Amino acid sequence: MARAVTPARKLGFTIASWTVGLVIFFPILWTFITSFKSEGDAVAIPPLFVNFHWTLENYVLVNQRSDYLLHFWNSVVISVGSTFLALVIAIPAAWAMAFVPGKRTKDVLMWMLSTKMMPAVGVLIPIYLMFKNTGLLDTLTGLVIIMTLINLPILIWMLYTYFKEIPGEILEAARMDGADLKSEVLYILTPMAIPGIASTMLLNIILAWNEAFWTLMLTSSQAAPLTQFIASYSSPEGLFYAKLSAASTMAIAPILILGWFSQKQLVRGLTFGAVK
Amino acid sequence: MATQHSRSAARLMISPAVILLFLWMIVPLAMTIYFSFLNYNLLRPGAHDFVGFRNYYYFLTDPSFLIAIKNTLILVLGVLVITVVGGVALAVLLDQPMWGQGIVRILVIAPFFVMPTVSALVWKNMFLNPVNGLFAYFAQLMGLQPYDFLSQSPLMSIIMIVSWEWLPFATLILLTAMQSLDSEQMEAAEMDGASAISRFIYITLPHLTRSITVVILIQTIFLLSVFAEILVTTNGGPGTASTNLPYLVYGQSLLQFDVGGGSAGGIVAVILANIVAIFLMRMIGKNLEA
Repeated sequence: MARAVTPARKLGFTIASWTVGLVIFFPILWTFITSFKSEGDAVAIPPLFVNFHWTLENYVLVNQRSDYLLHFWNSVVISVGSTFLALVIAIPAAWAMAFVPGKRTKDVLMWMLSTKMMPAVGVLIPIYLMFKNTGLLDTLTGLVIIMTLINLPILIWMLYTYFKEIPGEILEAARMDGADLKSEVLYILTPMAIPGIASTMLLNIILAWNEAFWTLMLTSSQAAPLTQFIASYSSPEGLFYAKLSAASTMAIAPILILGWFSQKQLVRGLTFGAVK
Repeated sequence: MATQHSRSAARLMISPAVILLFLWMIVPLAMTIYFSFLNYNLLRPGAHDFVGFRNYYYFLTDPSFLIAIKNTLILVLGVLVITVVGGVALAVLLDQPMWGQGIVRILVIAPFFVMPTVSALVWKNMFLNPVNGLFAYFAQLMGLQPYDFLSQSPLMSIIMIVSWEWLPFATLILLTAMQSLDSEQMEAAEMDGASAISRFIYITLPHLTRSITVVILIQTIFLLSVFAEILVTTNGGPGTASTNLPYLVYGQSLLQFDVGGGSAGGIVAVILANIVAIFLMRMIGKNLEA
C-alpha cells in the first residue's frame, strides 16, 4: 500500500486486532488450559490461568474411562473414508463438466447444489428407518455412505471451479507437440489439478469431522465419532470441567491444525466458488 | 474439441454422481412425503391408514409448531445480524496495517473448526453455568447476581453460542472480499478529502454487498438446521422455549415415534428452506455464467 502508515496508527490497529482476536479465541484457550488442571483447580475462584499445578491426569483418565481412541478412530475412518469415496465419484464428474461442457451442464450443477439445500430433517425419517431395517444403524459403513453423499455436491462444485481454471490452450499446445491422451492426462492435467484436489480433500475432511446431525442421529456407541462422544458429556458428567476440557481438546486439536492450513480453500468451498 | 465420442464419455463420467445424488435426495424425500399422509406410529405396528392432510393439520395447529417457527426465525435472524455486523467490523479492522496479521487471522478463524457439540458444551458448562461458569464469576466481581443464562433466556444463549461459531466464517469471507478492493480507489477518495466514514459507506460497503449477500444466504441454509447445539445445551427447553423446527421434528419422530407427524414437519422444513435456496441458487447461477 502506497499510503504512509504512521507507526502510532499501526500500533493502535495492532492492539485493537489482537484484543478482539484473543477474545474470540479465548474459549478455546480456556478449554486448553483447563484440560491441564485438577478438578479442584478447574472451578477455583478466582480462576487460575497459569499458576496452578499442571497435570496430564485428565488425558489419562478420559482415555481409561471412555474409549477415546475408538471414537477418534471412528472419526478418522468416517471423515477420511467418505472423502476418498466421494473424490472417486466427484473427480470424473467435475472433470467431464469442466472440460466437455454440454448444454445441460449448468443445470446439472445447479441441481446438485440444490440437493445440498435440502434440510436434513426432510429426509431423516426414511433414512433412519432404512438404516434400522438394514442393520446399518451405528455402523461405520452406514455413516461413510451418508457422509459421502452429503458432501458430494460441495466436492463436485469445488473441483469444478478448480478444473475450470486449467486453460484449454495448454492441451491444444500439447496435442500440437504430439502428446497422446495418456501423456496429456498424466503429464499436463494431473499436475495442474493436484493442488485443487488436495485442498478440496482437506476442506471435506474438516466438514465431515465436524458434522453433527447425522452422526448424532445414526450412531450411539460402536460407530460413534467424536461429535457423539463429546455429546455424552452433556450429562452431569460435563460438570467435571477438567475432563470435559481434556476430551474437547483431543476432539478439536487435529482438525484445528488442518483447518488453519485451509483458510483460503474454505472460502471458496463454502461459497461454491461465488467468493474467491 | 468436444466430439461425439468425448461427449458420451463425459456422460459416463457424470452419471455415477447424478444417480447417487438422485437416490440420496429424491427417493427419501418421496418417502417422507408418502409417510406424511399416513397414520404411522412406530409404537403401533400394523396398518398405516391413509389420513390425507391430517398430519399437517395437527402439526401446523400444534401450539409448539408456531413457537418452533418463531424460535427458528429469531435464531436465524439474531445470528445473522450479529455475524454480519460483527463480520464487517472485523473484516475492516483486520484489513488495516498491523503487526502479526496472520496470527490474528488464525485466532479469529479458529472457532469455525470446533465441532458444534464441543463449542456448545464448553459454553454451557465453563462460561454460562450460574455456579461455576466464568460469566458468573465476572458478575460477582461487579457485584451482580449470577444469571442462569440457559434457563432464563435459553434462546438468547443459543444465539450467542451459534454466533460465536459463525462469526469467523462471515469475517473470513468478508476479509477475502476486502482484500480484493482496489487500493488506488481508496487513495483517490482520500486525496479528494473523503472522510473515513464516507469512504466506508460509499466505497467499502458497496464493494462488500455481494459477499454479504452470499454470507447471509449460506448461513441461513445452515442456521435453519441448527440441531446439535440445542440437543446438548437445553434439549429444546425449558418447555419449548428453545425448540426450533429441526428439533421439533426430531422430537416428534425419534422421541415420540410419530413417523407421520414427523414427516409432515420435515416437509414443512423443506418448504421453508426452499424459499431461501431459490434466492441463493439464483445468485450462484449468475456467477456461473460470468
